[in-house]
Amino acid sequence: MTGAELWTTAVVFGPLLASLVALGGRAWTLRAGLALGSATALAGSFGLWVEVTREGPVRHLLGGWGAPLGIELWADGFSVVMLAVTAVVGAAVSLYSTSYFGDLSQLDAEKSPAGRAARYFAPLWLLLWSALNGIYLSADLFNLYVTLEILGLAAAALVTLAVTPKATVAGMRYLIVSLVGSMLFLLGVALLYTEVGTLSLEELAAADLSGSMAAGSLALMTVGMAAKTALFPLHGWLPPAHAGAPAPASALLSAVVVKGSFFILVRLWFAVYGGGSDGGLLLMGGLGAAAILWGSVLALRQRSLKRVIAYSTVAQLGYLFIMFPLLAPEGLSLAGSGEGSAGWSNDAWTGGILLALSHALAKAAMFMAAGNMTYAVAKDALRDISGVAHRLPMSFLAFGLGGLSLAGLPPSAGFVGKWLLLREALAARGWFWVAVITAGGLLTIAYVLMVLRHALDREASSGEFRPVPKRMEWAALLLALAAATLGVRATETFQILLQGGVQPWS
Amino acid sequence: MELTPLLEWNALPLAIVLSSFVPGVAIMFLREEQARLRNTLNMAGAVAKVALVGLMLQGVAGGASYEWALEVLPGLSLTLRGDALALLFVTLSAVLWLVTTLYAIAYLEGSQNRRRFFAFFSLCVTATTGIAMAGDLFTFVFFYEALTWATYPLVVHKGTPEAIRAGRAYLFYTLGAGAILVVGAVWFQVEAGTVQFAPGGVVDAAAVAAAPVVWAFIFAFLLIGMGVKSALFPIHGWLPTAMVAPAPVSALLHAVAVVKAGAFGVTRLLHSLFGIEVAWEMGAAAVVAAIAAFTIVYASVRALAQNDLKKVLAFSTVSQLSYIALGVALLDPLAHAGGLVHLVHQGIMKITLFFCAGLIAQTLGVKKISQMGGVARRMPLTMAAFTVGALGMIGLPPVAGFLSKWYLGLGALGAGQPWVIGVLLASSLLNAAYFLPILKTAYFDDPDPSWATGERVPRTRWEADWRMVVPALTTAAFSLAAGLLAASSWSPLGWALFIIERGVL
Repeated sequence: MTGAELWTTAVVFGPLLASLVALGGRAWTLRAGLALGSATALAGSFGLWVEVTREGPVRHLLGGWGAPLGIELWADGFSVVMLAVTAVVGAAVSLYSTSYFGDLSQLDAEKSPAGRAARYFAPLWLLLWSALNGIYLSADLFNLYVTLEILGLAAAALVTLAVTPKATVAGMRYLIVSLVGSMLFLLGVALLYTEVGTLSLEELAAADLSGSMAAGSLALMTVGMAAKTALFPLHGWLPPAHAGAPAPASALLSAVVVKGSFFILVRLWFAVYGGGSDGGLLLMGGLGAAAILWGSVLALRQRSLKRVIAYSTVAQLGYLFIMFPLLAPEGLSLAGSGEGSAGWSNDAWTGGILLALSHALAKAAMFMAAGNMTYAVAKDALRDISGVAHRLPMSFLAFGLGGLSLAGLPPSAGFVGKWLLLREALAARGWFWVAVITAGGLLTIAYVLMVLRHALDREASSGEFRPVPKRMEWAALLLALAAATLGVRATETFQILLQGGVQPWS
Repeated sequence: MELTPLLEWNALPLAIVLSSFVPGVAIMFLREEQARLRNTLNMAGAVAKVALVGLMLQGVAGGASYEWALEVLPGLSLTLRGDALALLFVTLSAVLWLVTTLYAIAYLEGSQNRRRFFAFFSLCVTATTGIAMAGDLFTFVFFYEALTWATYPLVVHKGTPEAIRAGRAYLFYTLGAGAILVVGAVWFQVEAGTVQFAPGGVVDAAAVAAAPVVWAFIFAFLLIGMGVKSALFPIHGWLPTAMVAPAPVSALLHAVAVVKAGAFGVTRLLHSLFGIEVAWEMGAAAVVAAIAAFTIVYASVRALAQNDLKKVLAFSTVSQLSYIALGVALLDPLAHAGGLVHLVHQGIMKITLFFCAGLIAQTLGVKKISQMGGVARRMPLTMAAFTVGALGMIGLPPVAGFLSKWYLGLGALGAGQPWVIGVLLASSLLNAAYFLPILKTAYFDDPDPSWATGERVPRTRWEADWRMVVPALTTAAFSLAAGLLAASSWSPLGWALFIIERGVL
């Protein structure tokens, strides 16, 4: 077994095996499952990182069977950074969850809702983790569809663990959106297969996809994936689902799950369709810009802590789509009047993906920090967390540091990512994008500050205060620190993103 | 200066930055009631910083240079460089941080949230030293934006509605301008192909001539970004409002660190990025000089109308800061020396005044000028220090402020801009018009009943807490020494001239 084979196997089948272990239903099986999943994912993605940095993209034919019969796993720089950020976030959230769901030895209280959540969080999350890693390593559309479906089912189930009527409704809505999204994707896949006769991404990248059938297929798949990524205006399902889920699930859904369908969109548009059309790229960028502004404004109008963070996800995802028009060669003449980069823009590529990584780390940190605050006061309204900063300084710090990263203030990965994105926008003379990127940052500061101000309030909330386990505070702070660290050292990430780059198969 | 550098160690700039960062972070993880450990950490950091800066001063005087870099992205690094210009600002912040730390420990004794206060105070100093030693625009922006958010918790420290409002105004101005600064910096990189700071600038005159509008926009964006912290008219409004912060914050941050970061940024913009010749050719430096001249007079007039002592000092800061911008914008080396040396002179004089204002407010509860009658009899040492600072602001010899104005005047003549002399004279008269009445009230009027009857603090051997009196006397002594010993090559003026001679501007 080569290194690449070992590591790709570890990241996909490690969490899957761990999920089965966690189904054992005992406190120790839950812990063992989470530990096994985290260890295999961390080790596997680190191993792949080293491998891909050294060798370039790697391929693993499972069991030695090649296409069209066998399953192929394939990793380039983009896959690896997504695997790695999922591993880091996933490990921290796994750690967090062992305290959040309370004393796991009380699991015999299976009939109680809390017992059920404690019991099923770990197996569901580990299954989801395996599926997500599968997406990042998929080399063909069929694999993508299967892993996507598992991801959607497991994610919707995580929302309903909260067993409030609101969360159940939100979870159902999420499930329906997710299923419709997958159906559209499958329809697109079928169309494409009739047209080209292959499902392999590599062969599709080489095929002629200029026909109207292929274009229709891209449109179907895009709508499906945009719905699952909650791209404006298909974002309505996200805030109730992400705000209603238990805190560790919220962190996972907002930070890493939406990135799965985003990953597929990027792969389809750039690796397979070679950039699609100029009009399409502009449309995606325009929707991204609308998401930034609309999501931020709505975040400012929320009165509950988790909903602010959930709407912030809608806004921050917009930045990832601003990358689309900026990536295009010559900075996409429509996107601006200047020259921009000659080929695919490295700045837009690394900047956009860095923002995705930054959002994953920061948003998970913020949802966990918010989880700590609501855990302590048992309420979720902004006015109920007043004064909580004085009792939970570490969570407050984690929230603030995460906020810095979202707002793009140094030291944070968000600052570096925005610098790169702005550099491309300015080189291309894309004033509109410059304005949106800047305005989005200021709006972010406004809603982060709104939360911090409540938490800092002198008049501490009079209600009860439940002590928060230190482990939960550390998990949030560690991720926030990771986002800050990526902001002072991003060279390795930058370089691995160029392994394969925007169009790995050309 | 024939010296052999004692220490040639390229990580020295990093060590200087870390000497306040490490205590700041450590303090965050202490408990509120661990006051002794917190103070020890703080003082240890401050002393270490002064010692390290001393080593660097000695080394640079002996011809050494220190550079440390961490690659953030290919082509973008956090670069810290210890050269003569950086040292001017680093020494100022390091020494004044030490003095202010002692002051702040006494000032805040027994109040709430001291952990948060001292942690963020250290982070602000960290960011300031980073700004001072930034070797390129990326590093500068990195620390400049960090300074913006790190100052916010200090402005809103008291948690009163007034403080929250001031905090909002502060963020509105500084973050808004910060966003413009980032766009300007990135645009600069796109057009110039570099973010390096270099003596004489890195912008090609021919490139500017080819695309004057683009370069004018870049300059304007960067100037707005730097100008807001330097409190240039019309983006100075946050500074007087921010005076609601506790006295040590007003003293170190709003008289020295934050505002000097802006003034230092204007210097970097004119000299290390565009180059003063190019800046004059494109007309940008003339605009800076005009704005600065207007701000000098305008803020002095506004200061006249204030009754709150700290507000007077704040408007005076707005006015005095523009001396720096004016000096470095003129096309004459003596004017540059005047501007640079004022960076230090204004810092030590104004921090003295703020220390005294805090002492008077803390000891007697007096915040308004109208209540200051007879304060000099009750607090002679404090008022002596205050007098030194006030006379320096007016520009009377032998206090340091006189030298700044002298060199600015000489430089203005050298640059063929005699109107500047008029601005300097008008400003000195206005300074006298708002400072002399304060002195007159304090020395010659009868004790004001507002404090004379019910003193807040029982009288001790000292007129107030010695840990607050000593810092004020120290900085007052600095202000006098900087004037009296100006001929020494180690005086601020000597160092400013050294910078000009070395051609590191």
